[in-house]
Amino acid sequence: MRALTWQGHQDVRVETVDDPEIINPRDAILKITSTAICGSDLHLYDGVIPGVLPGDILGHEFMGEVVETGPGSTLQKGQRVIVPFPIACGQCFHCTIEQFSCCENSNPVEKQDLTAPLYGHPLTGIFGYSHLAGGYSGGQAEYVRVPFSDVGPVVVPDHLTDDQVLFLTDILPTGWQAAEYAEIGPDDTVAVWGCGPVGLFAVQSAIAMGAAKVIAIDHYPHRLELAKKLGAEIVNFRESNVLQALMEMSGGLGVDAVIDAVGMEAHGFAADNLADAVKQKVGIGADRAHVLRQAILACRKGGRVSIPGVYGGLADKFPTGALMEKALKVRTGQTHVHKYTKMLLEKIEKGELDTTFLISHHLPLEDAAEGYRNFHDKQDEWTKVILRPGMERGTARAGQAQETQQA
Amino acid sequence: MNHNSTAKKAVGLALTLGAVGVGALLTARARATKPSPDDAPDYTGRHASGEMDVEGCTVTIGKPRQELYDHWRDFQNLPKFMENLLEVRPVEGQDKANWRIRAPAGHMVDVVTEVAEDRKSEVIAWRSVEGSEIETTGRVTFTDAPGSRGTRVSLIIGYKPPAGAMGRIFAKAFRREPQIQSRHDLKRFKMLMETGEIATSARTKDQTRKAKMEEEA
Ligand SMILES: NC(=O)c1ccc[n+]([C@@H]2O[C@H](COP(=O)([O-])OP(=O)(O)OC[C@H]3O[C@@H](n4cnc5c(N)ncnc54)[C@H](O)[C@@H]3O)[C@@H](O)[C@H]2O)c1
Ligand SMILES: [Zn+2]
Ligand SMILES: [Zn+2]
Repeated sequence: MRALTWQGHQDVRVETVDDPEIINPRDAILKITSTAICGSDLHLYDGVIPGVLPGDILGHEFMGEVVETGPGSTLQKGQRVIVPFPIACGQCFHCTIEQFSCCENSNPVEKQDLTAPLYGHPLTGIFGYSHLAGGYSGGQAEYVRVPFSDVGPVVVPDHLTDDQVLFLTDILPTGWQAAEYAEIGPDDTVAVWGCGPVGLFAVQSAIAMGAAKVIAIDHYPHRLELAKKLGAEIVNFRESNVLQALMEMSGGLGVDAVIDAVGMEAHGFAADNLADAVKQKVGIGADRAHVLRQAILACRKGGRVSIPGVYGGLADKFPTGALMEKALKVRTGQTHVHKYTKMLLEKIEKGELDTTFLISHHLPLEDAAEGYRNFHDKQDEWTKVILRPGMERGTARAGQAQETQQA
Repeated sequence: MNHNSTAKKAVGLALTLGAVGVGALLTARARATKPSPDDAPDYTGRHASGEMDVEGCTVTIGKPRQELYDHWRDFQNLPKFMENLLEVRPVEGQDKANWRIRAPAGHMVDVVTEVAEDRKSEVIAWRSVEGSEIETTGRVTFTDAPGSRGTRVSLIIGYKPPAGAMGRIFAKAFRREPQIQSRHDLKRFKMLMETGEIATSARTKDQTRKAKMEEEA
């Protein structure tokens, strides 16, 4: 089959590789119809998450048609499913309390030693997300092997298009969980750093949860514009002093909750960020925690800090004093996607959530490398890229109005 | 996975099984070894106690004690999750079993074991019989976890590097392997009992660890 493979720093290529096979009883094989590039994939592309090997297939946001099932799978051939990005067994302690992204049984035993020393516990398995997260082949391919296929995949109704449901795999629940972790009340002002897909869905969710005011922060005008259309007030960090602006816009109280939807690769030329960037370059596992520091300072006393943005290593100058002295509450983690899929699918069906407004481009899988380059280099216009294995080469289409042709 | 690291794993089990007469060490806690005793398991001690290395590992498995005990007690199930154990066969007419173990460099070692301690749903301990090619002992205990969390399963092994020139080389190079190997085996047991399968990220059957080990053997 054809698949997008990682080759090195900012070097990904579509190559021909072996087709996946059913290995364990609960496995299923999907034929991919749509798969997206995620901001998390950019961390791999930039090489700031280690443990990716040349030839590894990336991609954790994908959906498709079931073409093969193991004897323990509950899926049937021909079903159309979305697949949560964390791999969860459904039976361990964490899965039974709905902490699916903390599943103990999905990262192969011999890979667990890669992260246990760093984190105290091993990572959970994630599709296409380095050997630290199991070394699973991802879904930016024609086919993918899905373990525990009786637990994760959700069958989607035919009248919904791929574009409408694809983001149930990650960024829609991630934005939702981020807002949930912000514990939003009706009088609350919430600030969201980052107007990428995760930040935008966090803004949309926070508004749906009834926040009095949502403030979105970024430096890309078009991305900020999308946030504004959702109903947020916007702050461009190149134009305004973020901390001062947030204090003023929250009536001098500070924002009630902050959401860091940027993560370990913050942009900008703040002194702390430049120092972090140097450390990240020399490869000592340093996170660029500029946004998180700023968010903690902006948060009101006794407020909530929600961190969907991904961090992988260690951060310097972390404001422990502000965290403690201001009595802040912190919630973070890879999203427990399985917990939200059915509820959010209903909201999509009822038209309560728009999931397509942020899609900027559809590309054939064959042009995936171009998709990575642009999603990385031209973030303002390239807000979200969907890859389609069936599409013909060189037939990129911009915009979201691609609803007509479902396979 | 290259040949080297597979060989390393194989050595791991050989060392694990190279334990000698450590029955006494394998009790839950060896009180006398810490100058200022605490409640932590002895094998978590910061200082070596005695001439033997004792390694231990605990997992919580969301299944009742009896089910886990029964599965383990049927030694023919062990190769399902103990990677270097190829086969376990009962020795006819005796309450013993023959363990066929993958050893370094494509070798195979047979060890006859006997049950040293056996309390239903609580503990199983085994050791190699006198005169075995290598000597081994291990002890697994099953205790109720709090509330509805299932069972805490602890595997404790004690070992002394096998004798001989080869043994010394292996011991030097792979000192930590037995601990890693037994932890991996125990986690595979958890996966098998909770999910009915052992997680692999292989994309094709040829890429699984089992296939690769067989290919190298
Ligand atoms: N927790 C999870 O389960 C989960 C799931 C998906 C993605 N993520 C993470 O969420 C983060 C965002 O993902 P995405 O797909 O939206 O990525 P993205 O790269 O498209 O968006 C990041 C945005 O942050 C903005 N930004 C950078 N520096 C900033 C700063 N100093 N202040 C304000 N904004 C700044 C960028 O301009 C960009 O628009 C990533 O770290 C990603 O790994 C986490
Ligand atoms: Zn993602
Ligand atoms: Zn689980």
